[in-house]
Amino acid sequence: MSVSNEDYAAMTNRAAPPSPLALDCLKAFLVGGSVCCFAQGVTEALVLLRLSREDAKLLAMMTLIVLTAILTAAGVFDRLAKHAGAGLAVPITGFANSVVSPALEFKSEGYILGTAAQMFSIAGPVIVFGCSSASLYGLIYFFLAGRR
Amino acid sequence: MSIVLTLCKAFLVGGLLCVIGQVLIDKTNLTPAKILVLYVLAGVVLGAVGVYAPLAEFAGAGATVPLTGFGFNLAKSTAEAVNERGLWGALEGPLSAASVGVMTAVLSALIVSVFARSKDK
Repeated sequence: MSVSNEDYAAMTNRAAPPSPLALDCLKAFLVGGSVCCFAQGVTEALVLLRLSREDAKLLAMMTLIVLTAILTAAGVFDRLAKHAGAGLAVPITGFANSVVSPALEFKSEGYILGTAAQMFSIAGPVIVFGCSSASLYGLIYFFLAGRR
Repeated sequence: MSIVLTLCKAFLVGGLLCVIGQVLIDKTNLTPAKILVLYVLAGVVLGAVGVYAPLAEFAGAGATVPLTGFGFNLAKSTAEAVNERGLWGALEGPLSAASVGVMTAVLSALIVSVFARSKDK
């Protein structure tokens, strides 16, 4: 029997396991969503305990960072992140892990040149570009708001 | 009931922001480090043009916990600082907006590395 290219593509699509991209995205969605949902839950719980919403949000973020630090030190975070991909890298957990993980890894090179210096190997660029662009925005905002 | 809805919105929006990051990781050769920088920059820009504030209003932690939310917070707080302090705010705003997150990460990294045994490489 003759099979056209299109039919063949459709057949292999049906037979092939779901692409790694689809599976990766599903895992990232579920894990990332859960992390955000957890933070929202902590926020709501703290608001119920009569904290201001601003404080509750900050404390929820701090909870994620401290949990990440503990899980990273215990070696659990890396194993989870291997499966979750962007699900753990994109939330603040990824930022916290990028600070804690090199701090631990380079401890053998001393606290100054190891832990402290390497702590910012990834967080540094994030802070440099984030804060610089925010500063630039502040400058633009100043002149736009001034003209009004 | 309203809390369940709030949690669902946080889950959906947070999950979707992570899916975008996953597609970037799988389809481009951007490293996660570059994606973090990209996300923060995107957050600053989206915050500056006023797109992110409604999203944060809608999704809560779903929008503020991903790193775009960190960028959005930088932009928002810098604008507030400029309102209060004029041009000084452009210099004072960004780092003070980042301070709680960065300091929590730095302090926990320090504490953890003091107590953890050095990993054998």
